[in-house]
Amino acid sequence: MTTTAQAPVGAPVPAKKAVASDRSSAENKLGIRLVAPAVVVMLLVTAWPMIQALYLSLFRYRLTTPDEKEFVGIGNYATVLGDGLFWKDTVNTVIIMVVTVAVELVIGFVFAMVMHKVIFARGAIRTSILIPYGIITVVSAFAWQFTFSLNNGWVNSWFSWLPWISDNTNWFGDHWPAMFAIMVSEIWKTTPFMSLLLLAGLSQVSEDMLEAAQVDGATWWQRLFKVILPNMRAAIMVAVLFRALDAFRIFDNIFVMTRGAQDTESSSFLTYRQVIEQFQLGLGSALSVLLFLTVLLLAFLIVKLFRVDLAQARGEG
Amino acid sequence: MSSKSRAGSLAGTSVGFVVILVWCLLPVAWIISLSFKSAAETGAGSPHFLPQDATLDNYKTILGFGTLSDGSTPDPTVSDAFLRALLNSFGVALIATALSVVFATLAAYAIARLEFRGKRLVLSLALAIAMFPVVSLVGPLFDMWRTFHLFNTWPGLIIPYMTFTLPLAIWTLSAFFREIPWEMEQAAQVDGATSWQAFRKVIVPLAAPGVFTAAILTFFFAWNEFVLAISLTSTTSSRTVPAQMSFFVGADPFNPPYGQLATASVVVTVPIIVIVLLFQRKIVAGLTSGAVKG
Amino acid sequence: MASITINHLVKKYGDGFPAVNDVSIDIADGEFMILVGPSGCGKSTLLRMIVGLEDITSGDLKIGDRRVNDLAPRDRNLAMVFQNYALYPHLTVYENIAFPLRLAKMDNAEVDRLVKDAASTLELEEHLQRKPGNLSGGQRQRVAMGRAIVRQADAFLFDEPLSNLDAKLRGQMRTEIARLQKRLGITTVYVTHDQTEAMTLGDRVAVLKRGVLQQLATPRELYENPGNLFVAGFIGSPPMNFLPAEVSGNQVKLPFGTVELPDSSRLARAADRGLLIAGIRPEHFEDATIAGKSGSGSTFRATVDVVEWLGNETYAYLPFEAPPEVAAQLQQLEKDLDGEAMRTQLVINLDGASRITEGSEAEIWIDASKMHLFDPSTGENLTVDHDNAGEIPGAVATV
Repeated sequence: MTTTAQAPVGAPVPAKKAVASDRSSAENKLGIRLVAPAVVVMLLVTAWPMIQALYLSLFRYRLTTPDEKEFVGIGNYATVLGDGLFWKDTVNTVIIMVVTVAVELVIGFVFAMVMHKVIFARGAIRTSILIPYGIITVVSAFAWQFTFSLNNGWVNSWFSWLPWISDNTNWFGDHWPAMFAIMVSEIWKTTPFMSLLLLAGLSQVSEDMLEAAQVDGATWWQRLFKVILPNMRAAIMVAVLFRALDAFRIFDNIFVMTRGAQDTESSSFLTYRQVIEQFQLGLGSALSVLLFLTVLLLAFLIVKLFRVDLAQARGEG
Repeated sequence: MSSKSRAGSLAGTSVGFVVILVWCLLPVAWIISLSFKSAAETGAGSPHFLPQDATLDNYKTILGFGTLSDGSTPDPTVSDAFLRALLNSFGVALIATALSVVFATLAAYAIARLEFRGKRLVLSLALAIAMFPVVSLVGPLFDMWRTFHLFNTWPGLIIPYMTFTLPLAIWTLSAFFREIPWEMEQAAQVDGATSWQAFRKVIVPLAAPGVFTAAILTFFFAWNEFVLAISLTSTTSSRTVPAQMSFFVGADPFNPPYGQLATASVVVTVPIIVIVLLFQRKIVAGLTSGAVKG
Repeated sequence: MASITINHLVKKYGDGFPAVNDVSIDIADGEFMILVGPSGCGKSTLLRMIVGLEDITSGDLKIGDRRVNDLAPRDRNLAMVFQNYALYPHLTVYENIAFPLRLAKMDNAEVDRLVKDAASTLELEEHLQRKPGNLSGGQRQRVAMGRAIVRQADAFLFDEPLSNLDAKLRGQMRTEIARLQKRLGITTVYVTHDQTEAMTLGDRVAVLKRGVLQQLATPRELYENPGNLFVAGFIGSPPMNFLPAEVSGNQVKLPFGTVELPDSSRLARAADRGLLIAGIRPEHFEDATIAGKSGSGSTFRATVDVVEWLGNETYAYLPFEAPPEVAAQLQQLEKDLDGEAMRTQLVINLDGASRITEGSEAEIWIDASKMHLFDPSTGENLTVDHDNAGEIPGAVATV
């Protein structure tokens, strides 16, 4: 301070200071009280069963023969990790995740570009894009199962001009065609979500910046790769994170379309089959724990690898 | 930009527009078309897109009314099971939505508006649960629910549905609440309102659209859920529509009842289409606000 | 209607930082009081303490004879216009204006009469059924004012109400607010960082810096007799020029030459203090060739760097070298005023007829009688005329 107008600063009054901190501690208390119900519910229904699963996974425990419950340590994990089926299902799941997310990213981006440019019938396009999003996954799975159906589907008759498709192509009779059908259903159902997230990101790229790039001599592709995409990074990464973790949990489509036939089983499906169909609670719990850890690892890798900043994406800078 | 490339871009957009419409609506049109095909037609193999001989038989069977085209009355067990599943779906989804939104509103208000320790922790927890593999919980919940007699009951589904929709609701609502001009609350107080009046007359009307949007998204989740629905239920008394449909094999196990499944699909999709038609703008805002500030 | 008495008010936040530090201001009934200062000076905090949106850490606040320290905002009967207007987006203009009356459970006929009254005063009649979202900035501003005037409030409080408007509209609304306040004769406290608003609207102006009241005076007093370097630099546009100066007798040595002060009694406190800072306003210079001025004043020759001719007047810029002590003080002052680090140059305001050209040497006349001298270490104005400077808290009393 350099001016003369240094008013005499009274000694700080401790009692009054306590008032201010009282207020912030009251706010603290209220905040905790308001989030408490939600947090308690979330912990009770997820954290507690997860601990339960961790405990059960250390036992040989079959629901049909509960008296034979026996502590086996990490035996269940050894069984699972030593089993080819587990690894085959994991590979299936990863393939589905990578392919669907990659395809959705491309199609979703094209859709987002179209929706961004469209100046007519915005309501119509928004409505139609929300229908696959809102539709029940099981319904989507049935719709596509019937589409690829040998006797009643239209794929074979419409696309018979392609060399590898004929009137009697059995899509669910072999591993890759069945995987293809499953992925088509998954992609159809979830691309809208991807494209809406990307559209939100796209609308944050300023027109001025694009015009500046145009004046600077950038071609359409250069504008796309050097201006638009880098500025949408946060939105793209969030979309990829959400969708990848979602795709990794794929279950409904497989359950309805193939029931795991033709080796189309996913990690989730394997876990479900062990617990619910075979009542192998011990082994199933070990699978649950492994699945949980895989998802955790996946989330960690995506966040670290792509440096996803959720706070930034939410505009909390 | 030259007028030529402008016309080109308009044409491109129009083509894209049509592609999106076809992409989104073709499968829907397909199941609608299937739902009008008779059992005889699908049984003989019908690769045609449109029904050769449209009939309402499937609707009569699924919903249990009228007489079929062959003069018989529809099998009541089919319609009873389906209508019961529909009731279960509505009941479970609506109650789970209501509870989830109430808890989420309290939490989101605190997150958007108050400074307290552990705020980041709550958001991280919500995010972790949003990414949680639901199947992981099937085993322990199956075990616990049998112990607590919650297996194959409505509450047995409502509790996990409420939990798994909380993250989505909290994220959506806290993003909405952040946008509310809270200065209003102070302005109202200066204008002579009590804290309660300021809340009820100013904040509630401003927050209501966000809460409503969160409710729609939550409802969609609960309406769609499948893994828990087939794992934690065993009879039609509490099975929801997706679970019921997946177990519906019809009379002949080697010949799935395409038409009836398609009809059931159409019927459960109708509420979704109605909601989408009415609230599409809100849904888009809600979907994107949780993840990206739109 | 009532007076507002602010008595040794202090506002400390949790970290102990005083946002408002021992401020005392008496606002008379019907007076238009301006709180002005750069951002972060505590002016808005002070206003929010008056209205009751911020707790008072210590000190007394009275409205009329009532001590209101602990009253809730709604019990203080004050009306406030917020910076972002705080219009309720879900209510029509009519209901926005009626909002405080509805809260007071007034009957419909009375509400209607008062709202229509306020709307006609503010020329809002044809917009009453619209929502705030469909109004222009100026209309929203008027609705916010309507909500304030519709009640029989004891005082109006304005928190930078014009800062979101464009320059032209700001001018119109400023006049509008002045007219309204004069007509209603209601006590008003108005926060702004814009010194044009401060000078034109206020009966008196309180200048704040970092929570401390610097000077409380009429606009004219502030302009002619700033209490310290901060006030001198803050009030006036373009701002007062600050130059290194040394005083001996009635001579003041400036970088461009030595000038003589006619009235040496003003120099009493400035004599023999070594290096000082001289403050001279741009308009107290003139092109010597067209000055035609007599009486006090000296001339000097200097090279003109840049000339801006505006028709009715001309600005000329003359760079000079400042010794490090003065340069450091001036940089600090710039920081206090939210400005960019200023290059040491003289800005002078000449008659539009002046033919001075860029890069040439010119003879400049200076009105030394209007010069102020500041202590470079404390910033205190050593030549202040205390009888015409309002209140300068903390200044060393002079006899």
